Amino acid sequence: MRAFSELFENLDTTTSTNEKLAALTRYFRAAEPSDAAWAAYFLSGRRLKRLIGGAMLRRWLLEETGLPEWLLEETYAEVGDLAETVALLVDNVQGHVQEDVPLEEWIERLLNLRDLSDVQQREQVARWWHELDARGCFLLNKLLTGELRVGVSAGLVERALAQVTGHSRPVIAHRLMGTWQPSASFWRFLHSEADAAGDRTRPYPFCLASPLEANPESLGIPSDWLIEWKWDGIRAQIIRRAGSVHIWSRGEELMTDRFPELVEQALQLPPDTVIDGEIVAWREGRVRPFGELQQRIGRKKLNAKILADTPVHIIAYDLLEQSGEDIRSLPISDRRQRLEAMLTDRPWATLSPQIKDASWQELKQHRDASRSRCVEGLMLKRLDSAYGSGRQRGTWWKWKIDPYSFDGVLMYAQPGRGRRANLLTDYTFAVRDGETLVPVAKAYSGLTDEEISRVDRWIRQNTIERFGPVRSVKPQLVFEIAFEAINESKRHKSGVAVRFPRIARWRIDKPASEANTIDDLRGLLRVGPAESQGEASANAG
Amino acid sequence: MLITATEKGLHCPAGDFYIDPWLPVPRAVLTHAHGDHARAGSEQYFAECSSEGVLRQRLGAELSLVTKRYGERFQLGAAEVSLHAAGHVLGSAQIRVRVDNETWVVTGDYKRAPDPTCAPFEPVVCDVLISEATFALPCYRWPETREVIAEIWRWWQSNREQSRASVLFCYAFGKAQRVLAELMAHTSESVFLHGAVLPLVEEYRRAGIAMLPAEPVVREKRADYRGALIIAPPSAAGTPWMRRFADASTGFCSGWMRIRGARRRRGYDRGFVLSDHADWPALIHTVAESHAKKILLTHGYSDALVRFLREQGVDAAALRTAYGEEE
Repeated sequence: MRAFSELFENLDTTTSTNEKLAALTRYFRAAEPSDAAWAAYFLSGRRLKRLIGGAMLRRWLLEETGLPEWLLEETYAEVGDLAETVALLVDNVQGHVQEDVPLEEWIERLLNLRDLSDVQQREQVARWWHELDARGCFLLNKLLTGELRVGVSAGLVERALAQVTGHSRPVIAHRLMGTWQPSASFWRFLHSEADAAGDRTRPYPFCLASPLEANPESLGIPSDWLIEWKWDGIRAQIIRRAGSVHIWSRGEELMTDRFPELVEQALQLPPDTVIDGEIVAWREGRVRPFGELQQRIGRKKLNAKILADTPVHIIAYDLLEQSGEDIRSLPISDRRQRLEAMLTDRPWATLSPQIKDASWQELKQHRDASRSRCVEGLMLKRLDSAYGSGRQRGTWWKWKIDPYSFDGVLMYAQPGRGRRANLLTDYTFAVRDGETLVPVAKAYSGLTDEEISRVDRWIRQNTIERFGPVRSVKPQLVFEIAFEAINESKRHKSGVAVRFPRIARWRIDKPASEANTIDDLRGLLRVGPAESQGEASANAG
Repeated sequence: MLITATEKGLHCPAGDFYIDPWLPVPRAVLTHAHGDHARAGSEQYFAECSSEGVLRQRLGAELSLVTKRYGERFQLGAAEVSLHAAGHVLGSAQIRVRVDNETWVVTGDYKRAPDPTCAPFEPVVCDVLISEATFALPCYRWPETREVIAEIWRWWQSNREQSRASVLFCYAFGKAQRVLAELMAHTSESVFLHGAVLPLVEEYRRAGIAMLPAEPVVREKRADYRGALIIAPPSAAGTPWMRRFADASTGFCSGWMRIRGARRRRGYDRGFVLSDHADWPALIHTVAESHAKKILLTHGYSDALVRFLREQGVDAAALRTAYGEEE
């Protein structure tokens, strides 16, 4: 693991992209095929299923260090990373030189832990803690908890692998999609000639839109664009091969088993077809809110009742492969025509409707009415655009509806994780409920670094009480919190749960007495699909 | 109470003087010359001899200053006062105060690791110890200075191989000089200094401290700095002053660099764990060595250390002060 550990160190100790790229190619060229495959696995953001839980590691660490539990918790809050906390607290046995074990063998050792009893696991892991140097100990814990994140983008890993294998980046990106078993044979597959059989069941890299922040008028005339609703479901590729169907989510998860009825329908497609579309909850020819789909995905086992209660459907919007031919480089106007023809022959899915002949002004009104249609806004795709790999700028835009928002009072704060370790950046916000405050949302992101350090200082000076790393503060600071949706919730004290809350801005101009109330939020619950008319803020103005 | 915390700073009523006051007072005894401990405006100052140069540089040449040697006992009112080496920076002192058979010690900032630029920490037995607690959490344990310096050296050399400049951010007073002195184990080459570091390096040279030769950063061309080491205060990071070094690799020397997240947040390429403060084991060790019956803790993670000591049966409490936690 020494070479991998050095690679990690090299990536972690530079902010220069070129240096990171050089370190990656150096490693891939020198490593054994099986180690290189494992490194590619971790570097592309994949992880081992968690072998040992965080709570277990903490207990073992308590026993190893003999520190009081509260002190360990404070230290953990300071460090902001459990794997690193262990590496900083455990003594490395002086003078012990660990033999260099290949990465693959380390993974095997870790997987073997599963067959051991708790006591044996603890003994084994504690021994490694003492034997490895601090960096090795840190990596070991990251692998154990399945949290190894390396500071490189997927694109950079693709570039490095493209250099090492001599393939183009799109070929590499395609081969890294989906699930795969890291091994010497996978490494050979990465190097193999194009059109290898291994490519056949993998999804293509998804073409992703960028958020539209500019005025849509800056995009020219609407008739240059293919304009569709932005559906609120699960984006997926449906791969139809002879005798089989594979459904991959945008998160590169194989979801074929989750949607048996869709597999049945997709079998009607001609073989060697790949379609990009949205899986949505569906009833009486209409899309249902995302929450319904979520409930179905949450179920471990599907039965007839669930299938009947939450029917799903595919809204198809792109055709990537036809009769075995990769047509991603054709303009979307062409691909769309072919998709239309295909669906006319066998109407197994709904063609994503196109909004035609509308001015930007009319489109803006459509967008504002998104919530009544259970959609998130509009998608704008240039008619001449190819199906690119990854995030696009200039050719594909998502023009999302403005989020909901409320003004909340900062009530609790605790230190962040990772690069926000030791800074109080994880906040809980409350709204007014008569004379008291009731917490409704936690939010971590949205402030600038400068604002974060100002709020951090304010919190330290205005702490009322401390509960371990959590502080309650004087109810004075008001922040505007943006969020995507609101639902009733029995699990929350406030009775409501908001989806994806984040800080929109610091309302320095507002005292806590002017924050929103719980009734303002409850009022939004009623703004269901049928009634909402775009106005969707708890704010008075 | 020999020493109490007041709104002006730590006050000794028997001797009618203040230790490191943050507001103007008639008589101030200073532990060292860092800005959060040595503030302007008081009528008369007492400090250790070797801190005189820096103090006059920072608080003015006309400063009314009485200097004392380490260990020299002098009388202020009813209090017998003496200064003892703290090992923090040049001229840093612990302040021992004795009144009627009772002895208190104020450590100021201190470290226990060896440092070629200042006298080593002297353990002083006392009844009450007022200690700093900047890094009072168990994750703060310092590696051997020798190893950290070797790491800095390797980083500089590897940047040089790529014709890049190495900009090392260090606290201008204390840390910068310590690094310059320690690097002599590896080289005798000249390095470049930011304008804020230069006068302090000269002051250390006047005090007879051996350090690498150095010249100021005055040239503008990038080529002048290829492969060079530049020492600058953290405040220079991200300023236009940095442009002349083009694609320099940046490093920061501080105890805070012990935590990966702290380094990544500040955006430095490298963090070097080198501190002029006591780490967790050194704090615990110093408390034990003092044989004090009561421990009072100032700035940093005083709450955690107070609770830890109390659970060990030591009488400990926190003392509110206005000292900073920069390093």
